[in-house]
Amino acid sequence: MELSFSPQLQAFRAEARTWLDANVPDPALPSLDTAEGFALHRGWERKLNEGRWAMVPWPVEYGGRGANLIEWLVFEEEYYRAGAPLRVNQNGIFLLGPTLMEYGTPEQKARFLPKMASGEEIWAQGWSEPNAGSDMAAIRSTARREGDFFVLNGQKTWASRGAFADWLFGIFRTDPDSERHRGLTFILIPLDAPGVNVRPIAQLDGETGFAEVFFDEAKVHVENQLGDEGGGWKVAMATAGFERGLMLRSPARFQATAARLVELYREVGDSADPALRDAVGRAWTSAEAYCLNTYQTASRLIAGGSIGSEASLNKIFWSEMDVHMHETALSLLGARSQLLPHAPEAGNVGSWLDGFLFSLAGPIYAGTNEIQRNVIAERLLGLPR
Amino acid sequence: MDFTFSEDHAMFRDSVRGLLERECTPERVRTLWQPSDSPGSRVLWGKLAELGIFGMMAPENAGGLAMNEVDLVLPLIETGRAAFPGPVVECAAVAVPALRDLGDEALQELWLAGVASGDTILGFAHAANNLVADADVVDALLVGQGSELHLFPSDQLSLTHQPANDPGRRLFKVDVSSGSADTRIAGGQAASSLIADALDRGAFGTAAQLVGVAQQLVDIAVTYATQREQFGKPIGSFQAIKHALATVQVKIEFAKPLLYRAANSLATRADTRSADVSQAKAGAGEAATAAAKTSLQVHGAIGYTWECDLQIWMKRAWSLDLAWGSAAFHRGRVADAIIDGSSPARSFGFEAR
Repeated sequence: MELSFSPQLQAFRAEARTWLDANVPDPALPSLDTAEGFALHRGWERKLNEGRWAMVPWPVEYGGRGANLIEWLVFEEEYYRAGAPLRVNQNGIFLLGPTLMEYGTPEQKARFLPKMASGEEIWAQGWSEPNAGSDMAAIRSTARREGDFFVLNGQKTWASRGAFADWLFGIFRTDPDSERHRGLTFILIPLDAPGVNVRPIAQLDGETGFAEVFFDEAKVHVENQLGDEGGGWKVAMATAGFERGLMLRSPARFQATAARLVELYREVGDSADPALRDAVGRAWTSAEAYCLNTYQTASRLIAGGSIGSEASLNKIFWSEMDVHMHETALSLLGARSQLLPHAPEAGNVGSWLDGFLFSLAGPIYAGTNEIQRNVIAERLLGLPR
Repeated sequence: MDFTFSEDHAMFRDSVRGLLERECTPERVRTLWQPSDSPGSRVLWGKLAELGIFGMMAPENAGGLAMNEVDLVLPLIETGRAAFPGPVVECAAVAVPALRDLGDEALQELWLAGVASGDTILGFAHAANNLVADADVVDALLVGQGSELHLFPSDQLSLTHQPANDPGRRLFKVDVSSGSADTRIAGGQAASSLIADALDRGAFGTAAQLVGVAQQLVDIAVTYATQREQFGKPIGSFQAIKHALATVQVKIEFAKPLLYRAANSLATRADTRSADVSQAKAGAGEAATAAAKTSLQVHGAIGYTWECDLQIWMKRAWSLDLAWGSAAFHRGRVADAIIDGSSPARSFGFEAR
């Protein structure tokens, strides 16, 4: 066990800090769930890529730095320290990117990864359907093979970033006689293809962070199939594993929130309410626990270990922690906490409400926490199905 | 940066676990609830000593292994998992390093050599605990009194048993009015520092045991829920049971990295060690008390009986949660550190702007 940062890691940290301090936009960009904000965030991705900071853990040949997981964590710490923008291409960077590297053909990697890195192509995810949410194997959208094309029909929903993205990945039923997780194929779809119709959905905060996507005889070339025909479930599980595992929510994000919460308490905390002081302490400790757990997992993976159902523990922990932190902030702010950021009296506190609303999605997306608890109970604890 | 344990650490943990599964069974633990069976507890203590646990942190010239908290943490978890009776934490993790740090070789020769072999059991009385656990089995008790540290051989101790909830962890009021220049081993700044370190180490060691207790509480609930049938199937197949146990498992998994970091902070004498230990103790206490409540609920009425072994770990979770500072005490220490800067505290890796 060695918990100090080597001179090499410190040098890497300093390099990242210098670049970020010089380049992070000030003032902060508008929300990426607006058309204007989305375009500006795309520009930020381009700038990151020019500095070779967009895809830090990717191999050098695809525009990354070949960084290991510890280096990636260090980069993320600096990213959140600098208050840099949210990653509009998160679906690409952290989900599809690693999946492409594992399952993609050399042609697919060359075709998709560089444009993903540069922000030229932003990805949406297409898992859920109106009748396939937690029960994802109930998928009904179909892909019919005609020559060198798939012809898509059906509907995806809750497609994150779907309102403004360029491409979508998802699984479709290619074998009409199949049931459940068999007969599904993982397909990459340009959202401007004829027969693809995107209908943005306003979220709880009124912005369009996700969308419904309708397919009506939409034609997609078979070269956009990822993995084997009929083997889409396995590919999708790998993608979902990355999502719940290490990369979806980096610890620094929550440590930054905890630090802001301590600042908020110092500003507005009332010593007559020890419960809030206690809640701030808990928030800090939870962020530390999540960070330390991530370093533990990263160390284990670097030493040749693997991550499996433990990813479900992570997902429950960070999503519940995020809600708790924001509830604490709103309690500290009292009546002012309900003001939207542009309310004249809001001052600089409106971001806590935004964060609170966003945090409430955490226990739902990327597999509801109820599904994660089933996974923990059955696969980690060994309880009967 | 490498946040893993070595293969040696894992092997040592496995041998401790193996020994305790064979020797420290629930039946054995119950017989040792009788104070009259103090020879029996000595035999069990001796078996653990043979593995080298008690002298781990003692200097080599006193028969020890000159190791640290990182080496000790996994074995301590195992002693919690087995509800091992006696002052394991106070001896191996508090008294031994206190005598090591005091640096008095005559005292070390007198008391530490026997600790390594298991012949000598040391305890530590700290103001954080008010009453002293397992004081009846120690050969000598280190006592932090104000700004002085005393060492009382057992024949100079006057104990009054205070019957309490956990039958495996007997509590005593210790009369130390016989303290004198003869029993005083440190004073002034040296003593204050040793007594402050004792609180951090006691809380750390207890947190380790709590993590073991918590996992055992979940494991026995899983076993029970897999066997017990209602409505024609094992109750463990119902989501009400699954989700309750999964919720506790999340708490346990995220208590562990706090504990391991605390071990490292103590071993390296990081300036943040008090805040790091407090986070570990609060996290472990909450995990274990939640595990106790959930395990009882999963067991149902059978868990409410004296016969059910659940009580061995459930009552240990409660008693250890209160030992060396309750979860509330330690959360308060964390809040004081991060909000008021009462002691150094830093995020791991992340630095706020």
